[in-house]
Amino acid sequence: MIAVGERINGMFKDVKRAIKKRDKAVLQDLAQRQTTEGAKYLDVNTGVSVPAEEQPEVMKWMVQSIREVCDTPLALDSQKIPVLKAGLEVVTGDVMINSCRCDDNVLDEFMPLAVEHNASLVVLTMTEAGPLNDVDSRIEACANICAKAMEHGLDLPNIFIDPVIYPVNVAQQQPGYIMEVLRQLQDMADPPPRSIVGLSNISQGTQERHLINRIMLVMLIAAGLDAAIIDVLDTDIMDAAITAELLLNQQIYSDSFLKAGRM
Amino acid sequence: MALPDVKEKWSAAITEVTIGAIAENGGTRESTVTVGGEKGLPYLRDEEAVGRRPVIAMDVLNMEPTEWPEVLKAPFGDALKDPASWAQKCVEFGAEMICLILDGCHPDRGDCPAEKAAEDVKAVLEAVKVPLIIWGCDDDEKDNELMPKVSQAAKGERCLLGCAKQENYKVITAVCQADDHCLITLSPLDINIAKQVNILVSEQEFPLDRVVIFPTTGALGYGMEYAYSIQERGRLAALSGDRMMLMPVLVDAGNEAWRAKEAKASDEEFPEWGIQEERGPMWETVTATTLLQAGSDIIRMRHPKAVTAVKKTIDALMGA
Repeated sequence: MIAVGERINGMFKDVKRAIKKRDKAVLQDLAQRQTTEGAKYLDVNTGVSVPAEEQPEVMKWMVQSIREVCDTPLALDSQKIPVLKAGLEVVTGDVMINSCRCDDNVLDEFMPLAVEHNASLVVLTMTEAGPLNDVDSRIEACANICAKAMEHGLDLPNIFIDPVIYPVNVAQQQPGYIMEVLRQLQDMADPPPRSIVGLSNISQGTQERHLINRIMLVMLIAAGLDAAIIDVLDTDIMDAAITAELLLNQQIYSDSFLKAGRM
Repeated sequence: MALPDVKEKWSAAITEVTIGAIAENGGTRESTVTVGGEKGLPYLRDEEAVGRRPVIAMDVLNMEPTEWPEVLKAPFGDALKDPASWAQKCVEFGAEMICLILDGCHPDRGDCPAEKAAEDVKAVLEAVKVPLIIWGCDDDEKDNELMPKVSQAAKGERCLLGCAKQENYKVITAVCQADDHCLITLSPLDINIAKQVNILVSEQEFPLDRVVIFPTTGALGYGMEYAYSIQERGRLAALSGDRMMLMPVLVDAGNEAWRAKEAKASDEEFPEWGIQEERGPMWETVTATTLLQAGSDIIRMRHPKAVTAVKKTIDALMGA
């Protein structure tokens, strides 16, 4: 499972303060620690407290600060083209555009950007009208995303479809729907598009957040999940993901498998 | 009708390991060897994915072999009495590397001291200019005495030293690191241990791009299929991104094949098996050529006829 480290996000107090003071050491430390714990991508998000007109410049600064010490691939977390472009201009190495909605006109804007920068693209099963609610409409959206990708010349494995998780205390049948969507996605094409979730949404507003997050992650991995935006610094959640992959015969066992799973 | 493009796309490539150092890099070798680099499964006619050409290392023992059949000794004659002459003969027979096995230092065989091992290493380095593999005597305690001395004696030549095992890896890893050699990690036909030894070695900060995996070899009729399946599984994991399996692989076709009754038996013992002069080298050849197809990068061999046959096979597989 591709672990995308979620920590470098302006919604966290320490990152918010660091952005305000332009203190790059905080970002660099988070980048290195998340990489050590097994992050294959680092999510980079300015956070909403940064005014919209400043976000492009902040994104640029964040990317450059991280790149000074760390070449872990980055996931640029914004739905605004100017912010993404600012990051894409200065980023090096593999990069993920995180994210855009799946309306046709939106895909027509974001897919060429991904192709131009040889980036992966996270597409949410969500339109201007809101997130899709059931299995069938999500699958229909996935099929459309595949068709649009082929139209724009974007290889399907470079698409990470996010079926948009709801908090479990809001809609308890949704986790089951997500798992079904993941299963059906495998058969959609060969090779199929990949999948991703923003895991912490599942426990937004609940008790036992860590427990709910890691059990959900294991269940999704068993249903075929390719990537997840998670707190890689949470040892338990990384251990759970690594162990799940072992049990699915996706990683060769070794006595130090928890260490190997982070390498 | 145009055929669909069915090329597999893998997420990682086998590391490339260079063995041997020429003058401008501080050594005295006249050639170096670079192995690995495969981007796909073996020999599927995708030139980009094939990687580096597999190389043949011929075995040289640092004491005259007492148990080798006549048929195996005959091509070498008296050269078997002295590692330097023996190594020269091997290079004449087409060896691209020499594998010097410190068999004479084993407590039950010659028990020769570490100083003698170091002298033998120096003599072979002097006599031939191809890259050198230095293989311990397979007694852990003795090897921990031998390896520091031979590593020092060969310092600067970027040799390949063997082997680091799960239960005994610290000394050899430390000396390979200090003296800038490459390292063979050994596992007993167990893929989980193969992965674990690489983890242990990397925990000691040894650079993974100087590691070669020896998963242990079974000869034809004596475990070859099992060895093949382990190599294949390891290679699939590597190409899928498992960093602890991403190294080139060494196989021991010569030693293992010549232990087989089918290679050792005389013409009189089993006349229906055909003459030993053909049979022995054939047993070694088939062991080597089969395991090549599981993804083997360095092949240890013994009989010159087998070496010739295997090199021809490699030519064909590489599309030369």
